[in-house]
Amino acid sequence: MILQALAFYVFAFVVMASGAMVVVSRNPVYSVLFLILAFFNAAALFLLIGAEFIAMILVIVYVGAVAVLFLFVVMMLDINLTELREGFLKYLPIGALIGVILFAEILFGLGVIGSDSGTLASLAKGGPKVLPIDNTRAIGRVLYTQYFYLFQVSGLVLLVAMIGAIVLTLRSRPGVRRQRIDDQLYRPVGEAVTVVKVPTGEGV
Amino acid sequence: MIIGLGHYLFVAAVLFTMGVLGIFLNRKNVIVILMCVELMLLAVNINLVSFSVFQGNVVGQVFAMLVLTVAAAEAAIGLAILVVYFRNRGTIEVEDINAMKG
Repeated sequence: MILQALAFYVFAFVVMASGAMVVVSRNPVYSVLFLILAFFNAAALFLLIGAEFIAMILVIVYVGAVAVLFLFVVMMLDINLTELREGFLKYLPIGALIGVILFAEILFGLGVIGSDSGTLASLAKGGPKVLPIDNTRAIGRVLYTQYFYLFQVSGLVLLVAMIGAIVLTLRSRPGVRRQRIDDQLYRPVGEAVTVVKVPTGEGV
Repeated sequence: MIIGLGHYLFVAAVLFTMGVLGIFLNRKNVIVILMCVELMLLAVNINLVSFSVFQGNVVGQVFAMLVLTVAAAEAAIGLAILVVYFRNRGTIEVEDINAMKG
C-alpha cells in the first residue's frame, strides 16, 4: 500500500509539473513534448486506480495520434517565437487572479463534498471498488449493449472530423501538371492523330 | 496512507486550473491554446474515471472514452483550421483573427 501511495505521488507530481510546463514553456515543440509526458503519467494514474483500458486508450489515441498531430503542425508552421510570447506578462495578473479564484472554487466544492454526509462522501470513504470481472470486459459488456448507439455516433463524429479536416486542407494548386488518365483516354481521334498526305518526292 | 478519491480530484483540479491559466496567458499562440484545451479535457477524464472506479460503475469510463473521441476530433479540426489560416495569413496570432468581426 505504501508503494502504491508513493507511485501515486510521483505520477501526480509529474502530471502537474508537466501541465505547468505546457503552459509556460517558451517553445511550442517543448509544450507538445511536455503534453506527451503529462498524458503518459495520467495513463499511469489510471493504471494505478484500476482503469487499464482507458489508460491504454489514452496512450494509443492521445500520445500516438493527437500529440503527434500537434507535433507535425508545430514543426510544419514557420512561427516567429518571440512575437508569440509578447502578451505573456501583460495577461499574467488577471490570468493568475482568475486561476486562483477557479482553483479555490473547485477546492471549496471538493470540501463541501468531503464534509457532507451524502452519497459522494460515502463514495469517497469506501475506497476503490473492485469489480468481479476485469476492466476491459466490463467496459465491453456495457459499451456494446447499452451504449451501442453512442458508440456508433462517436464513430460518426470521427468520420465527420476526418472529412472536415481533409476538405479544409485540400487545395488544388494552379500551374501543376499532373497526369489525368480520363482525359487521355477520352480524347477524340481527330485531336490525337492527323493524317497527312505527303506528296512523292517532297517533305511534309 | 490510503490514496482516496480526494487525491485524484485534487490532481484533476490542478490540471484544469492550469489549462484555464494557459488559455489566459498564451493569448497569441493558438497551438498552445489547443494544447491547454486538451489538458482541461484530460482533467475531466481523470475526474470521470476516478468517480467511476470509486463508485464501482463502469459507465463513467465509457463516457471518458466518448470525451476522448470528441477531443481527438476537435484537435484534428482545430489543427486543420490552423493550417489553412497560416496558409492564408502567414501568422497564427489569435489577436489577428478578427476578419469576421462586423
